[in-house]
Amino acid sequence: MFKKILIANRGEIAVRVIRACHELGIAAVAVYSDVDRAALHVRKADEAYPIGAPAASESYLNIQKILDVAARSGADAIHPGYGFLSENAKFARACANAGVKFIGPTAAAMDAMGSKTRARQAMERAGVPLVPGTSRGLESFEQAEEVAARIGYPVMLKAAAGGGGKGMRLVSAPEELKSAIEGARSEAERFFGNSEVYIEKAIINPRHIEMQVLADEHGNTVYLGERECSLQRRHQKVLEEAPSPLVDPDMRKRMGEVAVRVAQSAKYTNAGTVEFLVDQQKNFYFLEMNTRLQVEHPVTELVTGLDLVHLQIRIAAGERLPFTQDEVVIRGHAIECRIYAEDPDNNYFPSPGKITLLLAPSGPGIRRDSGMYEGWTVPMDYDPLLAKLVGYGTNRDQAIGRLTCALNEYFVGGIKTNISLFRRILSDPDFRAARIDTGFLDRLLQQKRASDPRDPKAIEVAAIAAGIFASMGSAAAGAGERSVANDSANSKPTAPSNWKRAARKEASR
Amino acid sequence: MTYDITIDGKKFRLDLQQADGRWSCRLDGREVEVDAVLARPDVLSLRIGNQAFEVKYERVAGDMHLWVGSARFAVEVRDPRSLRGRVRAVDDHCPKKLTAPMPGKIVRVLVSQGDEVEAGAGVLVVEAMKMQNEIKSPKKGTIQKILVGEGAAVNAGDVLAIVE
Repeated sequence: MFKKILIANRGEIAVRVIRACHELGIAAVAVYSDVDRAALHVRKADEAYPIGAPAASESYLNIQKILDVAARSGADAIHPGYGFLSENAKFARACANAGVKFIGPTAAAMDAMGSKTRARQAMERAGVPLVPGTSRGLESFEQAEEVAARIGYPVMLKAAAGGGGKGMRLVSAPEELKSAIEGARSEAERFFGNSEVYIEKAIINPRHIEMQVLADEHGNTVYLGERECSLQRRHQKVLEEAPSPLVDPDMRKRMGEVAVRVAQSAKYTNAGTVEFLVDQQKNFYFLEMNTRLQVEHPVTELVTGLDLVHLQIRIAAGERLPFTQDEVVIRGHAIECRIYAEDPDNNYFPSPGKITLLLAPSGPGIRRDSGMYEGWTVPMDYDPLLAKLVGYGTNRDQAIGRLTCALNEYFVGGIKTNISLFRRILSDPDFRAARIDTGFLDRLLQQKRASDPRDPKAIEVAAIAAGIFASMGSAAAGAGERSVANDSANSKPTAPSNWKRAARKEASR
Repeated sequence: MTYDITIDGKKFRLDLQQADGRWSCRLDGREVEVDAVLARPDVLSLRIGNQAFEVKYERVAGDMHLWVGSARFAVEVRDPRSLRGRVRAVDDHCPKKLTAPMPGKIVRVLVSQGDEVEAGAGVLVVEAMKMQNEIKSPKKGTIQKILVGEGAAVNAGDVLAIVE
């Protein structure tokens, strides 16, 4: 087993991997950019090394700097988390050359799956069901026209190197095709440095369901059940659950066996995810394979009772899978909410800043994977994911009930978060009845929210509380206020409260 | 102590006295039975009669927010003795400041000093967490001043430009 693991990531996932290391008696090495010195993952690690400027290309994406830290710290393995270098075959190769184990698949397996067109070609050969379309990049506009006419509109244009919704265009009629190809090409070139674009039949309002697979380095591959990931905004997942309410044991077995075939065809090792689109007739089509640990892996952990990060580490250390497919049992139901620093009143625009007050939920069946703490300033340089709140229950209704309570307890003050969005989702009748597809969230957000009926009693409560806070002055102040006092050179312990300051400012006008 | 409190445009007069750890409270002249415990900084456990509430105080640049359950209230508190009942004049002819809604980087300045702008016209673009947000003019007028350049890092509440 490894003695020391470097975590080439930040935020909640770095904290989650550090915990797994400590549970296994392995030392954890953190890396951090200039704006992340005070980040939680640095506080939790055994060793921490600065790797440069805030821009990811100067720090978390800089292969040489990370390998230098691995050498200096004597780490014998690197866990990449998700995002950043996690699906970078060049990095996996560089780790191998440097003699440090990359906890994930081989570079060759990543290459096979990294390009969507190459993955489609491999899946065709393996007899995996695919969405109708081309498995090679488009050569000309005429070819695109011909293919689109053959498979029928609407069609979807996708970047071969794409991800995260970039380089994608929905085309509903032939006259839109030309400008859509140009748009997709230039976006793909800009984001991925590769303008290759291919075409697929667009499945309208599909479900997005993915299958977790796990393969050791001795030829054993298993599937750990599916995750329902249909709740998305701008092609980014917002809420995930396991199992999918749509999938019955027979469908799970068929999807799982296809996923295992996909993994084996790429000689895949370690944890991976095979994504499928599912149409209204419950036909499923291979979409892509994600060659990393997913953000939403906790829902699978809760319903299988397995720890995926432990298993990733054990597999990378050369151990065999400690169980067989028959021993994998799905029990109960789990739902994950991705808590983002986003402003629901400003089109979910990112909202970095200082967290002045943080009240964390607890209770039966509640799991919280968080990268934030009170008094910490959320930097503006990275993805706005703050934490993941997961509810587990005997069944879906109980999981929803527990999660609703936890969301009501969760309070993040000083910055805006999307916590209120999850209250809306969980109380929506269609969500409760599991009538969900990838269009669900856009439809929900278009509904005019019944203008908050203000409880007159709550207004009175707020008025009374306002007076009491004001009369208590700075004694009642939390992290936000203390920091204000610390910032000023002549601050006294009895610094006046915001209330009083504001009142004085008004009075002196 | 007496406070004038405004929430959602509704005004309250609150009289508060504290003696021996007990509060006596009159809201708009009406006696209210209140028991308050500061559970931790910024979190107040309130009993009004026998009903229990948890009130959170959120401190955001320039704004004061109280949360009762999951409802947020923007609150203004004034001490009438020091204020003498002043009312802030809202004058549309005054120059308006454009401030940064969040910390970020100025990626584009869309206007020049002296330009005429319509209400709602884009003035600057701020980027944070890889998303761009257009800062719009709050009114029709002339750009009196632009205080930041492209590439500048700004904090929430920083004045970016003035429209007159």
